[in-house]
Amino acid sequence: MTGLRDHLPGRNGWFWLALFAATWLLSRYSWDIYKAYDARWIIKYPSAYILPVEARISAFMRWLVEDAGFGLFSFRDVTRFISTLIEIPYDFMRDLLIDGFSSGLGNAAVQIAPPLSWIAIIVTLVAMGHYARDWKLAALIGACFLYLAVFGQWNSAMVTLASVLIAVPIGSVGGLLLGIMAYRSPLFERLLRPLLDLMQTVPVFAYLVPILFLFGFGPVAALVATIIYAMPPMVRVTIVALHGVPNETRDVGVMVGCTRRQMMWKVIVPSAAPTLMVGVNQVIMLSLNMVIIASMIGAGGLGFDVLSALRRLDIGGGIEAGLAIVVMAIALDRLSQAFASRNAQAYAPGRDRNLFQRHPWLATVLLVMICTYLLSHVSPVLQAYPDAATVSTGAFWSDFMGYINVHFFDVFETIKGALLSYLLLPVKRFFVGIPWPWGIMVMTLIGWRAGGLGLAALTGTLTALIAMVGLWDKAMITVYLCGVSVLIASAIGIPMGIMAAQNDTANRVVGSFIDTLQTLPSFVYLIPVVMLFRVGDFSAMIAVVLYAMAPAVRYAAHGIRSVDPQLVEAGLVSGCTPRQVLWRIKLPMAIPELLLGLNQTIMLALSMLVITALVGTRDLGQEVYIALTKANSGQGIVAGLAVAFIAIVADRILSATASRMRRKMGLEQ
Amino acid sequence: MRLSTFAAATCAGLAMAGGAFAQAESQEPIKLTMHDWTGQLLTTTIMGKVLAEAGYNVEYVQADYIAQFAGLKSGDLHVAMEIWETTGREAMDEAVGTGQVVNMGDTGMKAIEEWWYPAYMEEVCPGLPDWQALNDCAREFATPETAPMGRYLGGPVTWGGFDEERIEALGLDFEVVHAGTDAALFAELESAYQRKAPIVLWIYAPHWAPTKYEGSFVAFPPYTPECYEDPSVGINPNLAYDCGKPTGPIWKVAWSGLADTWPGAAKAVEAFTIGNEDMGAMVAAVDLEGKSLDEVSDAWLAENSSVWQGWIAD
Repeated sequence: MTGLRDHLPGRNGWFWLALFAATWLLSRYSWDIYKAYDARWIIKYPSAYILPVEARISAFMRWLVEDAGFGLFSFRDVTRFISTLIEIPYDFMRDLLIDGFSSGLGNAAVQIAPPLSWIAIIVTLVAMGHYARDWKLAALIGACFLYLAVFGQWNSAMVTLASVLIAVPIGSVGGLLLGIMAYRSPLFERLLRPLLDLMQTVPVFAYLVPILFLFGFGPVAALVATIIYAMPPMVRVTIVALHGVPNETRDVGVMVGCTRRQMMWKVIVPSAAPTLMVGVNQVIMLSLNMVIIASMIGAGGLGFDVLSALRRLDIGGGIEAGLAIVVMAIALDRLSQAFASRNAQAYAPGRDRNLFQRHPWLATVLLVMICTYLLSHVSPVLQAYPDAATVSTGAFWSDFMGYINVHFFDVFETIKGALLSYLLLPVKRFFVGIPWPWGIMVMTLIGWRAGGLGLAALTGTLTALIAMVGLWDKAMITVYLCGVSVLIASAIGIPMGIMAAQNDTANRVVGSFIDTLQTLPSFVYLIPVVMLFRVGDFSAMIAVVLYAMAPAVRYAAHGIRSVDPQLVEAGLVSGCTPRQVLWRIKLPMAIPELLLGLNQTIMLALSMLVITALVGTRDLGQEVYIALTKANSGQGIVAGLAVAFIAIVADRILSATASRMRRKMGLEQ
Repeated sequence: MRLSTFAAATCAGLAMAGGAFAQAESQEPIKLTMHDWTGQLLTTTIMGKVLAEAGYNVEYVQADYIAQFAGLKSGDLHVAMEIWETTGREAMDEAVGTGQVVNMGDTGMKAIEEWWYPAYMEEVCPGLPDWQALNDCAREFATPETAPMGRYLGGPVTWGGFDEERIEALGLDFEVVHAGTDAALFAELESAYQRKAPIVLWIYAPHWAPTKYEGSFVAFPPYTPECYEDPSVGINPNLAYDCGKPTGPIWKVAWSGLADTWPGAAKAVEAFTIGNEDMGAMVAAVDLEGKSLDEVSDAWLAENSSVWQGWIAD
């Protein structure tokens, strides 16, 4: 076991040092070189050679939306048909949860039946909580939904719940089917992987415009965007889960003479079910992440409340609606996790018992639904939570914000000034100064050192493509903002993760803090951050750090915890102090995990940069956002792909480095 | 309370009369688009309620301001009540050019966009609102990032506005910082206003901000089309944009099929007008006093029944 310090000045170390020094020199003097040799192409990619992809994509999209056809019907008819298919269950869900069933159109509609009463919905969820695990979970879920009612968020929350309840099954089943196809055919898997990467890394804003054109205006387009964004983890989890089914199980299937179909649906999928539920859980969480963006194109619900509250600068209202999303995410997350780990008990329904005894919860829920339906004609409180009994903390938050602003603005201003002049601006100058040809070369070299020739070709090509579509400058600003944010997020997050790994109380506190940060829509804290730090890169950086910190914490904690206890034991026996155990044994062994955490932090930072364009940055995120507001599909997709390329390059290099280190440490063959 | 009862009574009366009037036309819902600012929600709600009283089916659809044109062209959406000359002109012209979208005339409201400062800045910078005073106190408006230049907070880049050009042409010692959205714009204003800190920024009306915060628009040399097109016109003989920003009407647009499917509704949409003052007061009632959209729009309908009855009277 050698410490990190021992192998830094080796041959490897010198290579990196020389590469960095050369880059720094070129970046510092690129302007002078351009002046000395009159070679403007060094700093600016010549516009005559920019690939005309943007116009091509726009033209293609126009053709797809307006002219593409298969003889009898057009491509748009197909997408519109799909959107009708999605709309039917969605409308039903909305009617059931909030709108009530009615016949007729528009304001000529007559209500036939009211929606489920709030009491019935809460009882149903509590029942599911108890069924999935125990009374504790049931109480938690009940409290979460009661919060929604008491804080006056019920109606919007039910709209959001309706879209989650549609998006999640479609995303999960779709992901499962794609995963099964990939499991059966390795060729299909190879074709699918890059597509999944793009689905996860191209910012949603980039393809919102084409989706609106194809699927029409309203909640369905938002649902489709949500599904595209939330499905990839399900596909990945499915592939892993199916491969993880033990061979013995499969053999049993063969022995009892299963057909191919029976093998898949009766043997493999059921035995992979607990892992598959992890994927479903991911789909739920990602769907809730999309709530705000979906509301920009007509999903309504809590996301719309957050947006409109913040447009009025009603910070309290924004926080309340934002917390409602967090609360709902917590309830659904815990519930789906409980279902994932629930052991299917061997249980035979007794023939001699009646319906109530066999299915106590189902019966209770039905009973409550019927009772509230009947009684709601007598007392409207049972139907809808009374407005008079709602609580609001809005004024408190606004006053609190005002107090901080008036009394601490100067302190913040000083901190901001120092960070800007000593960290942000120098880093920005470094990245923006790098001449693009050298940049491409550096990325190729890094790819080669990290993962060999294949990786070098990939990183080099992707970097070159970014330059060739004329987005080099904006991409470098993206890299700078993302880099600084990731640095700060790791500097805060990794120590927090280490603390959480060493101490159970810290673990609980840190865990709930991180959960909240990740599910609270970033828009909620974006506006207060602008109030305190003004429009600019600094505000964007803070928002990115807050959002992207979570994986740094999680992976650090996981890495430290999963260090082989025998190694720690060995260290203690040879007389290490706790400090030495941490620095000499646990941290070096956790480096591969830390790298994976870094990888995830970068992904989240990149996805957040698109949101921070809303406060004013000049990076690729802004390019995507401008394209959205101008409804220019080509520009949006090209800029979105550039973001995805940066993400893919970072991901491949870090994963390659992490697996090489693992091999070196003997953790993996 | 009494107002809304009155409104309900008029509504009921009209629904009976108007119901017959709209009988011959399609009962398919007319889809009105809703965006995310209160003024637009109010104009749309008022239009929707008037149409409903004339016996039409009305549906409200949330849609993005620019992206909605795709829906208006295809007939997925039918009426958009607020297209601002200042921000939506390009998209509107493009859509009208296809022949699938028609301009339904102006709403009677005028969009004002200009540099704006809070009233307390007049003590620091006594020459305001005259634009020449800005240069004398550019330092007051400076921040560490822009010093020694003053900082002017502009709208999102997509709004255009030619502020960089204006600064150049008028020789102002200011630098433009672009906010990403108008939420960010007003967040900064709120923050500065709480601290009585110097700020000059892009504000537009009708909006709640000029009602909530005391202040004025900077008086630039008045806008003329020549000033934007011809460098020789105006104070600076060599550069264009040496004047203030144009004010312009807020337009209504509709799907071209509207007049065929619902001729009466198309007439009502064309007839719709409302003033800047009325709108400013209603926006403030919703955003600052916390009243609901329904409450405020009902009150307006009750007070102005003679106005809107004219829109649907045939």
